[in-house]
Amino acid sequence: MGARRDVAQLAPQAVGLGARWRFVADQAGVLGWFMLTPALLYVSLLVGVPFVLAIVLSFSAATAGSLSLSWVGLRNFAMVLADPMFHRAVANTFLFTFVSQALVLVLATVQALLLTVAFPGRRVVRFLMLLPWAAPVALSSMAWTWIFDSTFSVINWTASVIHLLRPGQWWYWLGTPDLAMIAIITVHVWRMLPFGTVVLLAGMTAIPQDVREAALIDGAGFWRRLFQVEVPMLLPIVTVVVLFGVVFTFTDLSVVWLLTRGGPYNTTHVLASLAFQRGILGGNLGEGAAIALFLFPVLVVGAVVMLRMARRAEVGA
Amino acid sequence: MSKRMIRGLAWAGLYSGITIFTVFAVFPFYWMLITAFKQNRDLYVGATQLGHVPWIFNDPPTLEHVRLLFQSTPYVTWLSNTVWVGALVVLITLVVAVPAAYSLARLVGAWGERLGILVFLTYLVPPTLLFIPFSRVISLLGLQNSQWALVVVYPTFTIPFTTWLLMGFYRTIPRDLEEQAMIDGYSRLGGIVRVVLPLSVPGVLTAVIFAFTLVMQEFVYALTFISSVGRMTVSLGVPVALVRGDVYYWGSLMAAALFASVPIAIVYNLFMDRFIGGLTAGAVKG
Repeated sequence: MGARRDVAQLAPQAVGLGARWRFVADQAGVLGWFMLTPALLYVSLLVGVPFVLAIVLSFSAATAGSLSLSWVGLRNFAMVLADPMFHRAVANTFLFTFVSQALVLVLATVQALLLTVAFPGRRVVRFLMLLPWAAPVALSSMAWTWIFDSTFSVINWTASVIHLLRPGQWWYWLGTPDLAMIAIITVHVWRMLPFGTVVLLAGMTAIPQDVREAALIDGAGFWRRLFQVEVPMLLPIVTVVVLFGVVFTFTDLSVVWLLTRGGPYNTTHVLASLAFQRGILGGNLGEGAAIALFLFPVLVVGAVVMLRMARRAEVGA
Repeated sequence: MSKRMIRGLAWAGLYSGITIFTVFAVFPFYWMLITAFKQNRDLYVGATQLGHVPWIFNDPPTLEHVRLLFQSTPYVTWLSNTVWVGALVVLITLVVAVPAAYSLARLVGAWGERLGILVFLTYLVPPTLLFIPFSRVISLLGLQNSQWALVVVYPTFTIPFTTWLLMGFYRTIPRDLEEQAMIDGYSRLGGIVRVVLPLSVPGVLTAVIFAFTLVMQEFVYALTFISSVGRMTVSLGVPVALVRGDVYYWGSLMAAALFASVPIAIVYNLFMDRFIGGLTAGAVKG
């Protein structure tokens, strides 16, 4: 820093700035904080304050109608924990997160490996494979709702034609709990897959070619190269994919809400959609906040892993 | 097995894999396209009618659904709502995030690292944890059921995201350039404005694209704050309000989804490599 400040003092007359302001514009420290303050303010006011409010609300009997906050202690939590619908939502959230992220990880790895091979038309294929991530989820989910339609489902038609469905047999995709869960997971995997693929692909192309060649010369076969060279080197980037995917999936309500609204008979709710139903639609802010607060532990774990990775990167750099 | 056969099998495996993945990714978009232009009598044939193939046009395509969408639904209003909300959010985001990103990349030193990570962590805080307290904050501000609520709230996730993205871009600009500018008599700020900003235009442009797509894709906050049909954004209006009574106009619905998602998907894809570069550059020490 010292050397750089000397450079600043060597500079001749200020250009276009009054001498009084000149010192502000030159002091790296002052200027840096000056530039950073708006962002810190915005984020702390509009993320920090609601965050604290989320905790406060969960201990209150607040409703949408009034602005009062009456303290009720742990009553919301007691009510929520005794609620079978909440238990179902917790189980669904874990199932939804675990299954969809496991599928995303496996499929994204395969897809990224396919895309590392140079074949004609690779750019077009990559473009097409990435489409689901960019399309607004609310709109693509409408297409899926239509695909899963109970009367006109193209899946059922195709399955009937190839005799997967016997005459008289029918799949009511969004009308039966198990099928609805399968549908939700399918759509979520469909939309998350491109993200995983892109990040893994970036990681794979970053592995130096000579490492691969050295392994080849030493006579390592495909599987050996995969598990002893590629996988260990990809581990940090895989962690990023899994971490982001888990946090994002665990706390998301879009797909569930758009496809089933938590139905049929509240069997496909996840924590976030149940919190929305109770807190916003039902007007019971306190209870909704209490349910949403159960998302917090996952977030903390995610943040801790992220910070540890960042520290390791600093040490390794 | 000869070597040639093994190679042939490998290629066959590769191509079938590619085909399966591509079909899975594109299928819903194909379905939007074909539904948007099918005549109703071709569209509403029960899936038990095995003789009627739903994958193709059995009758000539029609523009009826598209006409209906633009003439008798609020679709155009939703599009313009999305555009002006998005534009304002992008503006706020740039004013706040450009200086912050530069400051984190260069000026704040060791603190820059930690604060940068902290900013990124706020991006991880999910809307679903915040939408309930936000609904309270929004009513206190008197912004319930107004697009201004979205203008206030959306920067909470676009600012962390673009700050992180731009941090990566600024780290790729050599420090020497600014020092040269200062030796030539500019102040530090002058150097930033005249030398660094012009160089970071591609990065800023990328940030603009992504902030805008984030706004376009957002669904949870819009669902929470907006209840009047005329004030909705595209992402909210199409799934929530494009239904009359209990009748779905699937043709118009799919046209709506198609016109709003395909252009954004194409632009997004064009910028994808840049974006990955920015994100990963932000993650390594400059």
